[in-house]
Amino acid sequence: MNRYPLWKYLLIVVAVVFGVIYTVPNLFGSSPAVQIASIKATVHADTALLGQVEQALKTAGIASQGIALETAGVNPAIRVRLADTDTQARAQKLLDATLNPDHSDPAYVVADNLLPRTPEWLQRLHALPMYLGLDLRGGVHFLLQVDLDEAVNKRLQTTEADLRSLLRDKDVHHAGIQRSGDRLEIRFRDLAGRTQAMGVIHDSNADLALKEGGTEADPLILATLTPTALAAVQDNALKQNITTLKKRINELAVSEPVVQQQGTDRVVVELPGIQDTARAKNIIGRTATLEARLVDVSAEGQAATSGAAPVPFGSERFTVGRGVPVVLKKEVIFNGSQLEGANATFDDKQQAAVSITLNDAAGRIMLQTTRENLKKPMAVVLFERGRGEVLTVATIQGEFGSKFQITGQSNAQTANDLALLLRAGALAAPMQIIEERQIGPSLGAANIEAGLRATAFGFAAIAVFMIAYYAIFGVVSVISLALNLMLLVGILSLLQATLTLPGIAAIAFTLGMAIDANVLINERIREELRKGTAPQQAIAQGYERAFATILDSNVTTLIAGIFLFMLGSGPVRGFAVVHCLGILTSIFSAVFVSRGLVNLIYGSRRKLQSVAIGQIWRPAASGG
Amino acid sequence: MEFFRISRTIPFMRYALVFNVISLITFLTAVGFLTFRGLNLSIEFTGGTELELAYRAPADLEAIRTAIGTMEKGDFQVQSFGSAQDVLIRLPSHPGLLSGQQAEAVFAALTAAPTSGEAGVCAELHADYAKFVRIPVAERTAEAADASRQSQQKLVGQCTELRRVAYVGPQVGAELAQDGALALLFVVLGIAAYLAVRFEKKFSAAAIIANLHDVVLVIGMFSIFHWEFSLPVLAAVLAVLGYSVNESVIIFDRVREHFRTMRKATVIEVIDSAITATISRTIITHGATLTMTVTMLIFGGPALHNFALALTLGILFGVYSSVFVAAALAKYFGVQRSDLVRPVKEERPLTP
Repeated sequence: MNRYPLWKYLLIVVAVVFGVIYTVPNLFGSSPAVQIASIKATVHADTALLGQVEQALKTAGIASQGIALETAGVNPAIRVRLADTDTQARAQKLLDATLNPDHSDPAYVVADNLLPRTPEWLQRLHALPMYLGLDLRGGVHFLLQVDLDEAVNKRLQTTEADLRSLLRDKDVHHAGIQRSGDRLEIRFRDLAGRTQAMGVIHDSNADLALKEGGTEADPLILATLTPTALAAVQDNALKQNITTLKKRINELAVSEPVVQQQGTDRVVVELPGIQDTARAKNIIGRTATLEARLVDVSAEGQAATSGAAPVPFGSERFTVGRGVPVVLKKEVIFNGSQLEGANATFDDKQQAAVSITLNDAAGRIMLQTTRENLKKPMAVVLFERGRGEVLTVATIQGEFGSKFQITGQSNAQTANDLALLLRAGALAAPMQIIEERQIGPSLGAANIEAGLRATAFGFAAIAVFMIAYYAIFGVVSVISLALNLMLLVGILSLLQATLTLPGIAAIAFTLGMAIDANVLINERIREELRKGTAPQQAIAQGYERAFATILDSNVTTLIAGIFLFMLGSGPVRGFAVVHCLGILTSIFSAVFVSRGLVNLIYGSRRKLQSVAIGQIWRPAASGG
Repeated sequence: MEFFRISRTIPFMRYALVFNVISLITFLTAVGFLTFRGLNLSIEFTGGTELELAYRAPADLEAIRTAIGTMEKGDFQVQSFGSAQDVLIRLPSHPGLLSGQQAEAVFAALTAAPTSGEAGVCAELHADYAKFVRIPVAERTAEAADASRQSQQKLVGQCTELRRVAYVGPQVGAELAQDGALALLFVVLGIAAYLAVRFEKKFSAAAIIANLHDVVLVIGMFSIFHWEFSLPVLAAVLAVLGYSVNESVIIFDRVREHFRTMRKATVIEVIDSAITATISRTIITHGATLTMTVTMLIFGGPALHNFALALTLGILFGVYSSVFVAAALAKYFGVQRSDLVRPVKEERPLTP
């Protein structure tokens, strides 16, 4: 009765092999490296660059321990493995100087990195070390709230302008378009006008839900964004912000940055190894949006500029630099999201300039605008935290489309700064930092040490007790507990789950709970033996009867773990993942594997007289 | 070796009343503290800025308070954290001021004068840092930031260092508190539903009340002793709720079994014998789990301290409530043999 068919033993062997393969990468540690990646959309790390890197290192006499080009990710990168941190620092300086001869316009980010020292054949099996959370490796963490209302607001503004020009083009007369909350009200003088407009708008704009309203004397159309369009606006805004953030973070030269959506309107940014939060925040949290607008050159506009008259309807007043006022029209020619490139360059007179590339849609509008407004000034405004700052005012010198230059920059540096501001301004909606953490490098190391020490000491104490108390069965329990630990670490490594300090605590807690199952089984077997059951029978009965109880207890714990995972965030989620996986691996190892071991030891003995499960004490008088 | 040589049934239920009165008093005390004193919530729930500093010698908390008092108008806290050398500072958040800058400024002010135990080079390193901090954020170049980071690295192990800064916005805090309460509710409902399916309803009610009583006691302890209640502590409390419910499950499993086998025994005798039969297992398994949580408490460092504390207390209260509270409650609810042992239905006669 205590025998396993061959496939069950094979399953155990497979589990052991799996556990070993995926656990060992965590033991190799990591070696210093330098990572080279492109920060320009048009430049990519390739084999030519690889040759250049090899050559540069050879000339300088820096010995590398392997150079590899990795094209797996979105952004290909070259990684150079080095012997120690001193060599790493030298190599980083050398490569940065070699690859970025023009320091004002770097093409590559050359960053310090750590590479796992795992042998290559293991890496090919995706056997990589666990990904350590920031609390274990140090770095900064930000949680950003994206203001999606602002994205919707902006969309409505554009729609309002669209409707005006649409109705003008189609020769439909209206008595004004007004924003009220999240809808647009279009007034008409008569019902006929409204009917005509309904048809025109309906045919051209599928994103608007239209409703007739008002009175017969004062008819109007109420236009709102359809729920699909609204969701699309919000989703696109969030996606674009994430893309922009990723681009900006490249500037920081972090080796393994994380930029992830959280919930519907939040973004998590984790930058391992960074310590200067203020600068990181300055770069990622530049809550800037960019808009190009025409300067209001009408008489009213000019009067408003000097403050002599109120700002005319449809215009806004801004300041350039340190307080020179300028009045701009509200209509946006193009915004940051339509900007495809902005680079410092020189114009045909060898003056510093910024060359700009727009996407096609914006290019068409630009062409029309420049044709209609030749020799008139245009401005680029950067909005930060709700305040607009005019970056530059330039006169339109000719008719142009998606490619043009802003000339008249005083020197290469200002041109470069303007280009950078234009490029980085491409956020679709403003963001605000609502949570921030900075963990110093020494704290991360101390946390790992404390977590591992606690786990190791706890495990040792339990092992000693189990073996002393349950003899052979104790040894079996400890072996299956060790396998449980290995499987858990193996699965976490395979999933590349993020290990946090609460995660390590969950491993320790799970081990403490897993031994519960073995104690249950061993106590049941003892109880059967106490009743005088034959040893083989007692083992079978013990496992069988304990199983229902083990299942029960794990279900309730699993319920708690699942809800923690669903409602928790950050470190709590890390705890919940490990906790839930640990419950599953512990059922497997404590019941299935330990039974296999017991069967292997005792199962084949026909006339088993006794088993080594420690001393069985029987009450002296029966029926007490 | 066998620890528990129990030759006769221990009359647990005889003392149940005494324990239940004690339970009720402690429960009411905990509820009272929670109502009138509340919890010492971490900044995850309240929002604000928190700094952890490591000094090289026991820190002079009074001097730190005075130094911060000159620059900070709001209500701030300074306390030691883990050891006398480690200091935790909590600052209220100010609209418009970046928390990182707030932390930077405080750290620069605290390291303006050298403290005992620091190496000679520290004064220079800290001065460099203070100079860097004074550069407006927008004007910091990559080179300056890099240089500052490298000199910060040199602080490790020999100078006063800034180990951790955390800032949580007020809206996040409110949300986390809400999610936490929701998690607690769902865990309780989930476990109650499972027990109701698995057992008779009087038992499931008894088990869930008994274990909620532990949760209240654990959280109450955090209130009474003013220990910091953080997100990981909440996670520990919920995990322990799931864990200690199974203790009640195990006892009730035995009660059901003994109702079947001990046909002549009274309800109290059955409950007593079930608890007696499981007590050795209860103590050994919880001993094993407690070994883990106590080692975590001792060796896990300050970051895991309150988490391990919540687990340890939770397990202790869990054992107590499963043995003395859950079974007694089931008895008060009037659990009977017929609730658990269903009469075997007669086989339907075959119709021709």
